[in-house]
Order: sequence, then structure tokens, then C-alpha cells
Amino acid sequence: MNVLVYLVPMALALGLIGLAAFMWSLRSGQYDDMDGAGLRVLSDDDLQR
Amino acid sequence: MAETIDLSMFVTRDAAGTAHMDLAVEGVGCASCIHKIENGLIQTPGIVKARVNFTDRRLAVDWREGELTAGEVIQALERIGYQAHPFQAARLESDEAEHARWLLKCLALAGFAAMNIMLLSVSVWSGNVSDMTQETRDFFHWLSALIALPAAAYAGQPFFQSALRAIRTRQVNMDVPISIGVVLALGMSLFETASHAEHAYFDSAIMLLFFLLCGRYLDHAMRRKTRAAAGNLAALKAEVAHRFSSDSEIVMVPVAALRPGDRLLVRPGERMPADGVVLSGASEIDESLVTGETARRPVTSGATVYAGSMNFSGALTVRVTVAGAGTLIDEVQRLLDKAIEQKSKVVRLTDRAARLYAPVVHATAAITVLGWLAAGASAHDAIVTGIAVLIITCPCALALAIPAVQVVASGALFRAGVILNAGDAIERLAEVDTIVFDKTGTLTLPEPRVANAAAVDPGMLECAARLALSSRHPLAAALAREAHQKTPYEGAKEEAGHGVRAEIDGMEACLGSPTFCGVNVPPTDEPGTSIIVYAHAGHSAIFEIRQKLRPDAAVAAKALAALGLELHILSGDRPAAVAPVAAALGISAWQASLRPADKIAAIEALKAEGRRVLMVGDGLNDAPSLAAAHVSLSPISAADITQAQADAVFLGERLTPVWEAVTTARRARRLMMQNLWLAVIYNAIAVPIAMAGYVTPLIAAAAMSGSSILVTLNALRARRRGRPRQAVSSPMRSALQARPS
Repeated sequence: MNVLVYLVPMALALGLIGLAAFMWSLRSGQYDDMDGAGLRVLSDDDLQR
Repeated sequence: MAETIDLSMFVTRDAAGTAHMDLAVEGVGCASCIHKIENGLIQTPGIVKARVNFTDRRLAVDWREGELTAGEVIQALERIGYQAHPFQAARLESDEAEHARWLLKCLALAGFAAMNIMLLSVSVWSGNVSDMTQETRDFFHWLSALIALPAAAYAGQPFFQSALRAIRTRQVNMDVPISIGVVLALGMSLFETASHAEHAYFDSAIMLLFFLLCGRYLDHAMRRKTRAAAGNLAALKAEVAHRFSSDSEIVMVPVAALRPGDRLLVRPGERMPADGVVLSGASEIDESLVTGETARRPVTSGATVYAGSMNFSGALTVRVTVAGAGTLIDEVQRLLDKAIEQKSKVVRLTDRAARLYAPVVHATAAITVLGWLAAGASAHDAIVTGIAVLIITCPCALALAIPAVQVVASGALFRAGVILNAGDAIERLAEVDTIVFDKTGTLTLPEPRVANAAAVDPGMLECAARLALSSRHPLAAALAREAHQKTPYEGAKEEAGHGVRAEIDGMEACLGSPTFCGVNVPPTDEPGTSIIVYAHAGHSAIFEIRQKLRPDAAVAAKALAALGLELHILSGDRPAAVAPVAAALGISAWQASLRPADKIAAIEALKAEGRRVLMVGDGLNDAPSLAAAHVSLSPISAADITQAQADAVFLGERLTPVWEAVTTARRARRLMMQNLWLAVIYNAIAVPIAMAGYVTPLIAAAAMSGSSILVTLNALRARRRGRPRQAVSSPMRSALQARPS
């Protein structure tokens, strides 16, 4: 069962990366306008004309 | 005359020379609106950044100082096709946004920890019934502790802080038992882990925090949403005043920027932006928003005028004053302070439940410990069983029972056009048995309307209404509402205070006072009615304009009476004006000509009979009685001081939101009680099992999530609506864009 000694912490580290990603998205204001984010994807202004 | 608008109070500047302003925008309803506004603005020279927040219907604009003014930014938006109103984010709102972010962080951390600990716990539970070695179990428990302790220390803060606050003021709220439960569960688990025991409750403690944070966050998000909508409405309502910057020059300024001593020009058809004294000019003013009186008062220089009164006939120069002793405002303020002071502290349902719950649970746990000790168990076993009782009763279901219903119910009210100001308004609304209405502006529409539109030839009505579009006079404004085609006639000329003339189909038409149009009108016997006359090509029409009942007032009054509520009218207007309204609505209990103090006395008398009074009012004179009543509602057109006192504000022209508010609140209250009983039943089953010492972490986890899900699902039933909704009137809707879901 020695494999657990590094597999479980690895699983935790992966989870922590997810948590860090969430905290980053929160800090960069991605949850400030939840309804707008859904609509902005429909506009094409990121395409160069 | 081109007027400049001074909006500097809304603009913030940074060191790099960039100016910033927040605006509430009307009519943002789809993806293309975002695109149109942002692209349109960014193409305007000088604008650096424009970002629409679709959720709040707000726009943040940055521009280079010196190249543009705030007024030009708003004009640029107008050219794109959107009305925007400058917005000063209340301090409260930005604090709340910060708090919401913090709650979300706590929630994320608790969620992460709960998932990972559950992963470890499930392994331990299945290992315990198969071949797990003690070393592996200890390893998993230590890992759980490693995650749980820091996570609880951070994510538990909202509860720990609130519990500490409550204890400091020697009170018990729901967070006290929650904090005790979490801390004891973690401490006990740590001790058990150190002594290589089979069971640890890290997962229960963290899961509890996670569930509760979900409820807390949703509650907070709902409240923020209503507050943002209320803030937008306030921005849309905010008016501008014409201030003399020198003897001849006039600048438009936002009302919020006015200071005592400022001289203002108030033209016919405008509302007084502030309290003041008339310096010059003569006019009649309509003070229905202030006193409820519908008859107009003539004013000349030296007269005192109040914010919110409508200037009817002549331009006035007014000096802004602070409320002086002996004025109406002063009396209102004094009564208001007293009423707020006397307002008996209503104990919220959650706190009442907590007061009952905490001692019972803690006593049960103590009895369990003592019982096991008496039965000869070791101190360790007895304490572990006692803490297991605390964990299983951990007020998960109980703490979610009421907030979950509140979130769902205030969402339903929001969609019905009722915006809650006070957190516990729903509970108090549900207890109401008597409703006291103000008349003017509450039962009647805030603005006067044409009363005899149906009796006039439709062609004449349309022509008169279109001609009225060219006038600023309030009576003309009432007539102009009847116009189907909203284009004024070309070349229409207004003689201020008398009427308008224009050429229609080659013939001269005039609209105004009977003498202006040269028409003889028999004097009217109806009080509070004004007459304007339209004459064209030898024909004439007489329009009676007066305060009209809200379109659904009779229906709403009947529906409210059917709920078993007793209806009263307390009005500041004359008896002759109140009697027909009371008769039309079938309300027999009415009083007229009341001063603010009389209204309070009447409400106190009702309260002394043991009644729970809902006060619905809009006038400045209603503000103290709103504070004195058990719970209060205001229409959105109400005076600012009044609106600040109301527990909830309703939108639109209809009175049905009052009915909606009461029925939704009653349904919510019923569901809250049901949820509390569900929690009690859950405890009645779970506690004996825990006391007997049969609870394992697995049972605790299952029971906890099961009960939480049950009460949350039950709370969702508060969404159901009793009656199909009719549209909220359109300007309000654009401010809210409340989409039914």
C-alpha cells in the first residue's frame, strides 16, 4: 500500500490546483457579471475584420 | 437655450488623468446592446474604456480628462440610443460586493475540502468493513485533519464571527450552536485520530460548513440583486435642478449636489428639487406627494415649499434651506425619530428558533454524557457519544430551513415587482391582519389623469393629446398620456401658464384654460378636478383632469379583503376627496384631513387592539406612520424619506403587488414553519439513535445531507405564484429586466 503515500497527496495537489484556478478566476472578476458573460460569447468583436 | 449639465460629483479621477463614471443604463436587454454600447462608446474620441455589466444593467466608462465632459459621455450614449443616468455607488453596495466575494471564497474552500475529505472518508468507511490496516486508516485520518483544520479555520469565519458578535451582546443566534458543533467535532476527531480510533468526524464538520455557506451565499446574492435594482431605480428617478451659478447663468446640477443657500429656478411642470423659500415669482403648487392634499396651494415670495411638490403655473426662484424648526419636514423628522425609537424589536423567526434550539440540544448532549457515565461507560466513550449527539443535531436543516425559503420567496417577489428593503420583511408581512392605505399616490396614481377620456370624441382626444405634447404644464402632461401618436404638431407655441396654439389641418387649434380658448365652461362641483379645454374648427372639448384610482385598485382591494385583511384609509386629503375613493373600493373605515401625528395615533390605536398593521403610503407625511406600523410598503413614486422607511417598495401602476406581497409572504411563512417541523422530526429520529451511541460518521453524513436537501426542496415551493403575472409597467421593467425563469 506504499503507493498511497504519494498517490493520495498527488490527488490532493490536483484538487488544490483546481481551487487555485477558481480563486484566480474570482479575483480577475469573472463572477462580477454572470449574465453578461453568457451573452458576450455571442458577439463577434474578438474577430479581426 | 443650451444648458450645460454639471455632473462632476459623479466623476472620479485618477492620477494619470483618466476620469471614471458609473451609469445606470435603461433598456439593456440583449447581447447586441452590450456590443452596441461598448463599441459605440469606444469609437468616440477620448473614451478609453467602456464596460457594460449586464447583470446590474450598469456601465463603467473611463475617458481622458479634458477631451470630454461627463455630459458629453451621456450625450454620446443618447446618440447610440440609450438613456443613461449617472450613478453614485452607495458605500453599502461596494461593501456588500466585497462580502459576497469573501463568502464565495469560503464556499470554494469548503467545497474543495468537503470533496477531498469525503474521498478519504469513503475509503475509510469501506476499509473499516474490509481489510484496511490501522496504519492506512490513521494516514487517511491525518490527511483529513490536514485538510479540515485550515479549511474550517478559514471557511468557518462567517459563522465564528457572527457567533462571537452574538455572544458579546449576550444573545444566542443560530451561529452559536453551529460554531460549537463544528469546533467540538473537529477537536474530538483530532483526539480520536491521535489515539488511533476507528471513527473521525472531519467530513461531517466540513460538509456542514459547505451546506450552510451555500445557503448563506445564495441569501446574500439575492439581497445584492434587489439592492442593485433599487439603486438603479434611484438613479433613474434622480432629477436635476436648475441652479443659478450667477445672476443670469443657469446650470443643471443633480439634486444630490444641491446645498443650502443655492438659488434655483423651478419652471412649471417641474418638481421642487429641495426644500426652500420662494424668493420671487408666483405659482400654484401641488403638494400631494408631501401632504396628500390634492387641492393646489398658491405660493408667492416668502412661502415655504417642500421637495417633491409639483410647480403648476408660474416659474419660481427658490432658495434652498435646511429644514427649519416648525416646518412640516421638522415635524415629520421628529415623529419619525420617535417612531423608530419605539419600534418594538421584532424577534426574527430564526433567532427565536435558535433560542429554543441551542439550550435543548446542548442539554441533550450533556444528558447523554451523564447518562453514559452513570451507566458505567468510560469518560472517553461518554464524551464521544455526547459529541456525536451534537454533530447529528448540528443545525444543518434548521439553519437552512428559513434562509432557503427567504431566498426563494424574495426572488418570487422581485419578479412580481416588489423589492424588499428589510431582511425580515417577509416574516412580518405574513403576520399582517390589517392594511392601512394612504390615498393620494397610493390608492390613486401619483400623477393626475384625464377622467372623462371615454366621453370625448376619439379624434378630438387624439388631436388635443398630440397638441398637449408641446406643453410642459402638468395638466397638459396628463392629457398627453392619451396620445397614441407621440409626435407633437409643428409650430406649436406655448404661452406659459395659459395654453398652447398650433395650426392643425389649416385651422387654428388651441388647448389651455377656458379663457385662453374663449370657451365658456360651467363651473365644476367635483373637488380636486381641473379643467382644460381644446378648441378647433368651431368644436370644443372639455377635459376633466384629476387623481385617478390605480387601474386595478378595486380588484386588489377586494382580493386583499378576501384574504381576511381589514382595510383602512388614512388620508391627509379633504373628506370630500377621500369619500368617493373609499366608496369605490368598498372600504368603510376611512379618516381624512389627518396630520402625520394623527396618522400615527390611528395606527397606534389599531396596534393597541392587538392588530398587526401593514401601512402602504407614499407621501412625506406618511413616513412616520410607515415606521410606526408593523411592516410597511411604498410605491416607487414615493418621496425619498418615505421610501427609505418602507420595508419594501413596489413598482408600476398597479396595486396588485400589495396582494402579491402578502400572499407570497404568507406562503413563505407556512413553508418556513413546515421546514422547522421537518427539522424537528429529523432530530426526533436522529437524536435517540445518537444518544444510544449507534451513530457512525457514515450515518451522520447521510442524515445531514438528506435533511438539508429535503428542506431546500421544500423551500423551492415558495416560487409558485397564485395568479398569472401581468406586465410591470415598461420603464420599471427596463430598469430591472426581471426575467421570469
